[in-house]
Amino acid sequence: MILDAWLPAAIVLSSLLPGLLIFLLREDRQLLRTGLNMLGALVKLALVGWLIWGVYEGRVFESRLTLAPGLDLVFSADALSVLFVTLSTVLWLVTTIYAIGYLEHSPNRSRFFGFFSLCVSATVGLALAGNLFTFVVFYEVLTLATYPLVAHRGTPDAIKGARVYLAYTLAGGTLLLVGAAWLHALAGPVTFTQGGMLGGLVDDHPVQLTLVFLLLLGGLGVKAALVPLHGWLPQAMVAPAPVSALLHAVAVVKAGAFGILRVVYDVYGVTVAESMGVLGLLAVLASVTIVYGSIRALSQDGLKKRLAYSTVSQVSYIALGASVFGPIATIGGVVHLVHQGIMKITLFFCAGNYAETLGVDRVSEMDGVGRRMPLTTLAFTAGALGMIGVPPAAGFVSKWYLGLGAAEAGSDWVLLILVTSSLLNAAYFFPILFRAWFREPPARWPDEHIPAARLETSAPLLWPPVVTAVLSLAAGLFAASPVSPLEWAELIARREYGL
Amino acid sequence: MTAHLIYAAAGLALVVLGAWSFLVHAPLLRKLVALNVMGAGVFHLLISVGYRGLDAPPDPVPHALVLTGIVVAVSATALAVAFGQRLEGSAGEQDRD
Amino acid sequence: MIDWLALSVALPLLGAVATVALPRFAVPLGLAAALPTVWAALMVMVLVADQGVQVSALGGWGAPLGILLRADGLAAALLGMANLVALAVSLYAPGYFRGSVLEARFWPLWMLLWAALNGLFLAGDLFNLYVTLELLGLAAAGLGALTGQRAAVEANLRYLLVGLLGSMTYLLGVSLIYTALGTLDLEQAARELRAGPVAWVSFALMTGGLILKSALFPMHFWLPPAHANAPAPVSAALSALVVKAAFYLVLRLWLELFGPVVGASAALLLGLLGAAAVIWGAWRALRAERLKLLAAYSTVAQLGYLFLFFPLLAELPAGTARTELLGAAVLLALTHGFAKASLFLCAGLLQKAAGHDRIDELSAATQALPVVTLGVALAGVALIGLPPSGTFTAKWMLLTAAIDLGQWPWVPVIMAGTLLAAAYVFRVLGHAFASAPRHGDAPPIDPRGCPGANAIGLALQLPGLMLALVAVLALGMTAEPLWDLLASTTDPSEAAP
Repeated sequence: MILDAWLPAAIVLSSLLPGLLIFLLREDRQLLRTGLNMLGALVKLALVGWLIWGVYEGRVFESRLTLAPGLDLVFSADALSVLFVTLSTVLWLVTTIYAIGYLEHSPNRSRFFGFFSLCVSATVGLALAGNLFTFVVFYEVLTLATYPLVAHRGTPDAIKGARVYLAYTLAGGTLLLVGAAWLHALAGPVTFTQGGMLGGLVDDHPVQLTLVFLLLLGGLGVKAALVPLHGWLPQAMVAPAPVSALLHAVAVVKAGAFGILRVVYDVYGVTVAESMGVLGLLAVLASVTIVYGSIRALSQDGLKKRLAYSTVSQVSYIALGASVFGPIATIGGVVHLVHQGIMKITLFFCAGNYAETLGVDRVSEMDGVGRRMPLTTLAFTAGALGMIGVPPAAGFVSKWYLGLGAAEAGSDWVLLILVTSSLLNAAYFFPILFRAWFREPPARWPDEHIPAARLETSAPLLWPPVVTAVLSLAAGLFAASPVSPLEWAELIARREYGL
Repeated sequence: MTAHLIYAAAGLALVVLGAWSFLVHAPLLRKLVALNVMGAGVFHLLISVGYRGLDAPPDPVPHALVLTGIVVAVSATALAVAFGQRLEGSAGEQDRD
Repeated sequence: MIDWLALSVALPLLGAVATVALPRFAVPLGLAAALPTVWAALMVMVLVADQGVQVSALGGWGAPLGILLRADGLAAALLGMANLVALAVSLYAPGYFRGSVLEARFWPLWMLLWAALNGLFLAGDLFNLYVTLELLGLAAAGLGALTGQRAAVEANLRYLLVGLLGSMTYLLGVSLIYTALGTLDLEQAARELRAGPVAWVSFALMTGGLILKSALFPMHFWLPPAHANAPAPVSAALSALVVKAAFYLVLRLWLELFGPVVGASAALLLGLLGAAAVIWGAWRALRAERLKLLAAYSTVAQLGYLFLFFPLLAELPAGTARTELLGAAVLLALTHGFAKASLFLCAGLLQKAAGHDRIDELSAATQALPVVTLGVALAGVALIGLPPSGTFTAKWMLLTAAIDLGQWPWVPVIMAGTLLAAAYVFRVLGHAFASAPRHGDAPPIDPRGCPGANAIGLALQLPGLMLALVAVLALGMTAEPLWDLLASTTDPSEAAP
């Protein structure tokens, strides 16, 4: 069917075209801008629904554009890309609503929403990338589209944060480019294939392929914020809250983690990667990152900074899942791609709400916010408990599968990492929850913008975190239902291991 | 027989002299003169290439080249001199900028 | 049957004459010549794509005494790029020079330069190449010094003299070829040239002269001051087209004449100089204080990339791999042409708005002119070589070829050049977002506080943006037909068994 060849491209274009139109709008065309934003988000959601249905039916979707001889831009949909596309589409819709509320009165809104749409288009493009070349293209486009968002405020801090972000990600992008070109030179066009595409090549070039893996990992590790390549993430916190939410949950960090999954499972193949011994290195990097991020999070007073270090730690669960050989650990890693996204976006929405409503942006200022903003704080609590891994929240499901997988693979030390990390998670989240719910609120808030009325803050700020918090609880509570992320992750794991 | 070889050798010598002078002398006017010397050398060389013995008419192609080359060299020299004059005229302007 | 090849040279020449004769009507006359010239050039491109190599003997005189015009795929590709860039420059120039005496002075030299450029791409023999090369150099030097300012005149006198040295050396090489082979026709000479001292010496002389003109490191010293001090539309033409013409000649001579006979070590030398240019040019661009100087040094670096292709092409046997890589080199040259012209056109407007082009003080101008800043950003993306620009595709193929052939040392050069380019481009773009001054004592930035910006209409901003869009989107996403076009390029090594 001819439409099947257009669907993946249409999904990318559904945010790209509104984004380009938004650039052309005058600042005061607020209604039109909001309309274009919502139209793009809803059309994308509808198209993704069609895609899920089609992939479920077993149809093949592929859009292809030849750029040069032997060099094709390919969008296609397999189980893993559908998972990531669905996550980013749903969360983009929610974040757009939130951003409209958040940036209501600030300058340069057309520029902001234009790049915001480009950023999501790039994320969806790399989610649907059918080969490594396409992935690299959108990985770099994502860097470019995100830079203006980080620099958006224009303060010296914002410009500096954006510059650091750019330095890290472009350096990483160059490593990725060389790694990908090297692989292309060895193996021809690198199409993502379930179970890996290298075949017998590993026996011919074991050393070169190990070096390529290191280059790819170096490139992807920058965006995935693997220690010691994570330095940009805390600095990028100067961005407006919706950008941070998007960066940490959907776009940049997740793009790196998604890339690691792609390279391990669909380029090398997990069996080949295991036999080459490169998974051990990934496991060590991921473990160090998990513990280091949590320890640094402990001592941060800035709420967004604490959440940023928490991201450093939590995203590496995905890499950890990929690095432990065995389908159960894979399920844990893949499902955490979704779970971490929903939970972390909730936390960032809430942090933005505290700052925008009360001027609270430090943990030490959060005494009693639960009484002033109960719904927001409930959502924050749900996200935090999920991160710690309290059952039955979504984070518990991820950690359970990771632990089970590690035990199955005989990597008992991974269990130790998981326990340590959970304790540390608790150590940096519980004090916040305690302050918020059990301390007396101060006489006056640092900078109260939005007075308490019928709602604790403006509606477009309030409902997005509530919705994502409910989603994160649902993902845990109904993990066994046939439409849960867990079920889909199991499908992916079955295919990757050929079970 | 040897006359045109001597001519060619002289041409080559002029080329080398011109190139050497261009490279070692800083003043732009001297560089311009050096280039013209070098050009004359190249043209000499081309003329000697066109020699086909006393009895035969010379090869017209190198001659066409030399004619065109001279036209080009003269225009370039004129432009360079015009630039030099302009620089001379504005020598005092630097302080004003 | 209309002779589009002849027209694409004759029309701008007519335009030059007309604008000299009637300086009061220079702008309408110039534009009246420019539009059909572009049309003729595009027709040449279409004809080559459809029917293969096109030949036209002017006045019915064939080689060796007549002027033979010839267009193959390589010539057609560069001709198409050059004429589209020239069209944008022609549309931009009237607005840029409006109200200045330069308005009338610009056109005759510009049309002359255009005619020389088209003639050079279409020249089929070594001597016509010399004539067009000289004409190009004279017109370029005249245009560069158009303002008559001391710095510009001095830089262009130097450029003129260096160019003369280059073309004299080239002519010396030509006379050697003629002495040994008795022909000036490229195809005939290619059939008869054999490896040996003649090939070596004439290669050294001709290529040496041409790399002087194409500003390959360390012969680049004349380029930055000449290009940075010219008026913006002239800088665009010089940086995007004129140096590219010299590179085109090096490539053409190497492909058709010298490649098969001089061996890989000469190509290696070109590659090494290219590598040094990539690093040195990008480093100096990063340190430049003025936007146009930055753009000029960036040209030095970008030309370096083009020379990196030689050692790789030299090692590839004739066949698809070689043709594909040649396509990548041409794609890089075309993309750079569009991107660099766009950068200079946009820089000219920022300079007009701000009254200067000191990078550290451009915040107000970049924010007052968002369309121009978008042009700078897109051109910058193409210069760095990020997707979706044509440079990215070309660089990917360059990297793959270098790795495939085991020529590893080029890989870190390409990486370092990319990162340095990113650093210098974003040094400029950061100012588009800065809302507060970097230094405490400067006044806060207000986009409306840039009075020069109001005088710059959208029509003046569009040519630069369009060029950048071609570099980033058209050449990035739809460049595949380029390889079909190049399939009709004369490459004797392909005919070899």
